[in-house]
Amino acid sequence: MPSPGEHGPARQRLSRRLFLRSSALTTAGAAITEAASALVGQAEAADDGASGPGPVTITMKINGVARTLRAEPRMTLAEALRGPLGLTGTKIACNRGACSACTVWLDGAPVCSCMMLAIEVGARSVMTIEGLAGGGELHAVQAAFIEHDALQCGFCTPGMVMSCAALLERTPDPTAEDVEAAIAGHLCRCGTYPHVVAATLAAAKARKA
Amino acid sequence: MMAAGEITRTETFPSGIASVGLGTIERQVPADEPPPLPANAALTLIGKPVPRQNGRAKVTGATRFTVDVSLPGMLHGRILRANLPHARIRAIDVSAAARDPGVRAVLLVARPDDPAAAVVRYVGAPVAAVAAVSMAVADEALALIRVDYEPLPFVADMDAAREPNAPPVHDAASAPQGHPSGYPAAADLPLDGNVRGPATERRGDAALGFAQADMVVEGEYRTQVQTHCCMEPHAIVADWRTDGLTVHMSTQYTAGVRHELAEVFGLPLSRVRVVVDGMGGGFGSKSTLGNHGRIAVALSRQAQAPVRIVLDRQEEQTDAGNRPGTWQRLRVGARRDGSLTAISLQSYGTAGLTVGAGMGNVAQALYACPNFESAQHDVFINAGPGCAMRAPGNVPGAFGLEQTIDELAERLGVDPLALRDRIDPSPVRREERRIGAARIGWQHRHAPGADPDPVKRGLGVAQALWGANVQINSSCEVRVMRDGSVEVLSSVQDIGTGIGTVLAQVVGEVLGLRPEQIIVRIGDTEFPAGPPSYGSRTTASLTPPARTAAWQVLQLLFRESALRLNVAAADLIARDGRIVVRNEPSRGMSFAEAAAGLRTDRISAVAARSDDYGGFRRRMGDAALAHQDLGGVQFAEVAVDTETGIVRVERVVAVQDCGRPMNPLLLESQVQGGVLMGLSYALFENRILDQPTGRMVNANLEQYKLAGPRETPAIDVVVLENYQANSATDAYGIAEPANIATAPAIANAVYNATGARLRALPMTPAAVLAALGKVAARGLP
Repeated sequence: MPSPGEHGPARQRLSRRLFLRSSALTTAGAAITEAASALVGQAEAADDGASGPGPVTITMKINGVARTLRAEPRMTLAEALRGPLGLTGTKIACNRGACSACTVWLDGAPVCSCMMLAIEVGARSVMTIEGLAGGGELHAVQAAFIEHDALQCGFCTPGMVMSCAALLERTPDPTAEDVEAAIAGHLCRCGTYPHVVAATLAAAKARKA
Repeated sequence: MMAAGEITRTETFPSGIASVGLGTIERQVPADEPPPLPANAALTLIGKPVPRQNGRAKVTGATRFTVDVSLPGMLHGRILRANLPHARIRAIDVSAAARDPGVRAVLLVARPDDPAAAVVRYVGAPVAAVAAVSMAVADEALALIRVDYEPLPFVADMDAAREPNAPPVHDAASAPQGHPSGYPAAADLPLDGNVRGPATERRGDAALGFAQADMVVEGEYRTQVQTHCCMEPHAIVADWRTDGLTVHMSTQYTAGVRHELAEVFGLPLSRVRVVVDGMGGGFGSKSTLGNHGRIAVALSRQAQAPVRIVLDRQEEQTDAGNRPGTWQRLRVGARRDGSLTAISLQSYGTAGLTVGAGMGNVAQALYACPNFESAQHDVFINAGPGCAMRAPGNVPGAFGLEQTIDELAERLGVDPLALRDRIDPSPVRREERRIGAARIGWQHRHAPGADPDPVKRGLGVAQALWGANVQINSSCEVRVMRDGSVEVLSSVQDIGTGIGTVLAQVVGEVLGLRPEQIIVRIGDTEFPAGPPSYGSRTTASLTPPARTAAWQVLQLLFRESALRLNVAAADLIARDGRIVVRNEPSRGMSFAEAAAGLRTDRISAVAARSDDYGGFRRRMGDAALAHQDLGGVQFAEVAVDTETGIVRVERVVAVQDCGRPMNPLLLESQVQGGVLMGLSYALFENRILDQPTGRMVNANLEQYKLAGPRETPAIDVVVLENYQANSATDAYGIAEPANIATAPAIANAVYNATGARLRALPMTPAAVLAALGKVAARGLP
């Protein structure tokens, strides 16, 4: 199950609840300042190092491209992707980390984008479902999902694909149990789990061939 | 049954169950419909595992769901909801909210000045709404609205609501009269306190039947409230313009919502357009316009701008419908030879403040029994409205009936399958029992509780019955363009079952083209009116007119091609992308060449659903019920840890009938989904209302527990091939029937494992331990 800030530097981890306490604002500011000199990971801060409550400029690397947006610091990464950035492939279904529909990659690791703020991303690179198919060619997991009908309504599918594709990046030869563990935090009301497992195992096989 | 005077011809169709052996049957067919479709084995696309057409869009995130629709100048709507389960609203002050510069419209839903609209009856009932420039501004505006509530006595438990001195949920004026959903659909029933009913049914003489019985098995069963939990929340983008209303909506019925909008807002149908592309699940809860739909349109009209409303998960759980909770008492009388003499069903169910909590028709119709009586009641409580959910009625109904039948088998000392062979008249389910028993290894089933291990294993079976529904008001257009491209158009929406892919298979089969050559354009009321995606009727309603329209347009193409080939049009066939002479296949031209010779840029045919060739059992307005029912049988293998009470379902074999299977790949997905929803209902899901406050305490997706990948058993799906010669495709639906037998099959398997019968859902570890006598049955459902 993806968790917020997984694999990120400890000082950049920031829960939504923590952030919403005003005392945490300087923590966020510090995290951002650290990355401020880089091309990406920028967010403007007031002289006292605090951001917000008004809109701030945030720059982050998404699907290999540096993108800049103006957003209030309270905006989650999922909201930023779906709103100002126009990347609506990432879905919000529960908005509190219970269903994993909003899963994206942060430096290659799956995270729930509804559970972190856009300004937390910093210098890390974000990969969304829109970026997974490189040059129009589907990722092996995406192709296998179609072939094995590992989707029905398709709403949980982008998140499910991101978690299964991440699994193959770190475990090229997974067992069915590995796939179940990788999607354990995902909810699918259509009941696609059996086909998701079959598709991901088939994708692993196809990649080796 | 053909309409009087209609021109018909006689045709010979395949008939029967393929694995048993096919025969033929003659039918009268309307003259403008295509010749009979042979059995699937002789077809190219129909009945084949064609991958879904919109799969690429779905796996790349390109599918546009309603929550993804963003229009220029669009506002964001939010709804203020009642925080008391029963209250009279004395005043609502929206002045501060209206002054907010980001707020563009404010709407009162409850109206203090109108006695009929001043009372809220559940936590989560809409009170007021705003449209603002962002969600955040809208939320802030809601916080500025002041509501003066006069709390009223309330009741949030069905048993308490039945007490004579229980606080009344409704007054005479507010009590709903008809059944918005569920079964039976009786109106004009008496209201006594919070109890509406009974709705009664009678066949033969139940008292006489029980007197003739050698034994009577009796049991009481209880089921919880289940919520739909669509992954895509209910969502709408309403765009009110002076020249008409366009609504993007996550809906199971674009054509039906168009009617509702026209009626509610006084618009001609021609000025209302409903559009849906991606549709993220419905399961019954997105069948109508709903509170949020009316509110969004009213806000858009007021603000003169598009308004989007997306429910949050708490709203989903409290004001988007649910499967009603039920209690039933079943009595079944039988002779020593197993034949049933009488069935009696008494039930009370609650759909919150509304009606529709009946037990379906399994007790009436699943088994041969000359004498039947039922008395069913709706009980009002101060909780959110129920609505149809995947096989409404029959799901809780089968949970009781199929355990009762198993108890009867044990009393008779016969195998549960042998008893069903004796009393079930359906040849479909007989074949399904045979197939399923072999796959699950039924012969290895042991006596109840005989497993010596503390983790006890067991096998169980249960059966399903569901009506084969057809929407008469279903139509479809097929177009051929001069460049050879083909379109199929209907307002039907793809809820996730893949109807678009099935339409491409059907049209491609007729035209001799590959499915990817057929462009499917659906989910828009600008196209011919399609059926709803509920009642498992989409495929049954729309594939016959799609095949007919494709066949008709092909006749037009043949007519023009025949002149060029110098043959009779009747001698032409379409095959492998070519139009060729039937007995001389080398003579012909490609489909594209044929189309290039058309006199006009486009030829087209529109066809509507005709009546089933064998007639309907019943016709209800636009809907009808086919003669045959859809039969299903499911087997479950469980492991019950008698020390922790945890039930693990290890394997399910689901054998299901849907007439002619159109696409085994998509059907397998749907059956797996039905089984998982049934398993989740059996073991985990439960809406919990806090009795002192009337609030749902688990209005989310982490404490409202759904089955996930870790709880998913191996699911072995077998779809029967059953031909009844009833339409141009002879296909029916599968989504609901696949959801009925799972919970009772698991319960019967738990009994077989442990010797303890669980008569209430969900079968939690605490409930299992209580049934085993290891803990007290305290506070269990």
